[in-house]
Amino acid sequence: MDAIRIQKLTKYYGKARGITDLDLTVEKGEFFGFIGPNGAGKSTTVRTLLGLVMPSGGSAQIFGNDIVKDRNAILRITGYLPSEALFYPGMKVKEVLRLSARLRKTDCAGEAEELCERLQLDSSRKISELSFGNRKKTAIVCALQHRPKLLILDEPTSGLDPLMQREFFSILQKRNREGVTIFLSSHVLSEIQSNCGRAAIIREGRIVACDSVDMLSHTSAKRITVQGSVALDGLDGIFDRRETDGVVSFLYSGDMDSLLRTLAQGRISDLSISEPSLEEIFMHYYEKDGERI
Amino acid sequence: MTLVRHELRQGRRSFLIWTAAIGFLLVICVFLFPDMKKQMDGVDDLFSSMGSFTAAFGMDRLNFGTFAGFYGVECGNILGLGGAFYASLCAAGMLSKEERDRTAEYLLTHPVSRTRIITEKLIAVLLQIVVMNLIVYVLSICSIFFIGETVLWKEINLLHFAYFILQVELAAICFGISAFMRRGSAGVGLGIAVMMYVLNLVANISETAGFLKYITPFAYAESADVLSDGCLDTAKVIIGMLAGVTGIAAAYLKYTKKDIQ
Repeated sequence: MDAIRIQKLTKYYGKARGITDLDLTVEKGEFFGFIGPNGAGKSTTVRTLLGLVMPSGGSAQIFGNDIVKDRNAILRITGYLPSEALFYPGMKVKEVLRLSARLRKTDCAGEAEELCERLQLDSSRKISELSFGNRKKTAIVCALQHRPKLLILDEPTSGLDPLMQREFFSILQKRNREGVTIFLSSHVLSEIQSNCGRAAIIREGRIVACDSVDMLSHTSAKRITVQGSVALDGLDGIFDRRETDGVVSFLYSGDMDSLLRTLAQGRISDLSISEPSLEEIFMHYYEKDGERI
Repeated sequence: MTLVRHELRQGRRSFLIWTAAIGFLLVICVFLFPDMKKQMDGVDDLFSSMGSFTAAFGMDRLNFGTFAGFYGVECGNILGLGGAFYASLCAAGMLSKEERDRTAEYLLTHPVSRTRIITEKLIAVLLQIVVMNLIVYVLSICSIFFIGETVLWKEINLLHFAYFILQVELAAICFGISAFMRRGSAGVGLGIAVMMYVLNLVANISETAGFLKYITPFAYAESADVLSDGCLDTAKVIIGMLAGVTGIAAAYLKYTKKDIQ
């Protein structure tokens, strides 16, 4: 069964676009990345799936449950980590965690304690005294403590230091190995590249690419970096050309043989040919109207 | 009932402050009565000859020199206005505060239906109003015993009941409005309470504004009428309760479909 199945999902806030005709399927057990800059519709998609906002059109199911009709069934098996985690300021961390467990009618004190320990979160502190990072940790424990089948994470690592980020992802990977489906919405591409199996890129409310992370990163284009003097003017297939201090760097999708012949005519002190990073591909989707490299 | 308990805890401080303030002022006023009574000859004439001002507060029909008359005016202003402020504030923030304080994402991503959230929040509002009124009522009765006045049970019960109904009506209306708002609930709550209070003053002064009596809940809780009639004006109470039911229905209709931001 698909963990998430979205068909032609559309959300408009009045006249403002949220998402348009979004189609997306995430299989059970996947670690799925959802990439896009601020305002592209990532959060709208997530919030529609969770029933915080009502869709204007289309439909979506989570483990077969309709997002409008079976909202409670979905929320019961889902853990959600919002991008901006705010809680009732007068409460203590453990009270927030306990309230969350009570609202879910479960007792997960043991799991909560273990998570707090791993994330080094002191649960006896008051929410109002917490730093942004510690509030984020509280939200992480809230999302994970009831052992949900599906985790929806909206920019989860903002505010966490690199050590905590590593700890957090190691928890996620363990959960994923145990069969939990993870939907990671983020604009930090390295996060997606090193954790996700598949990813979708969203742009102005529409999915512009959806494939395995390897396929998305693997294209016929190469990143070429040349140090020295060489005349590249006659060459086709060069884009994203940057030049600094005698170092020329560009993406090349033309004929390899002509590239090598051209380079052979120049005086080159250093040369590297590499796969472009996901980041570069992502930028490409945003600069070139979503056309594939 | 997890949410009811949660809301009661969240509203604890505000509840204690308002209950203490209203209770304290009411007790102080009752304690002032014995002194007032001694100097009352003449004062009553003064109070009843201030024209519109007298009419506005219903003092043309109340005898300030008797305990019932005194209590009607004082109770009317302290419990009437104070209770209305508290009930409106409490209800106006009840639903909107989740979005204002950005806690809605936390609360509404738990497997609890919106209907249940609205119901439990409504119960929390009503419980706080009921308990506040009970405490103030008991304090008031005790202080009347303390100064040695006879407790006019029927009159006092009727007055307190009228103010309770008034608070419930205002709370229900504000609760409905709360479902539509995302911030700024305090201003709206206080605004509605003050507006209703002023409408009643205007209706008391001007004959032509008499229709306002059917809009403001302060009309059926007007102590001069309550004390002289010995009962509440059923028509006005029913209109008030209908307004309250409309407010609550609006809350359910709006909040179950609302886009949370």
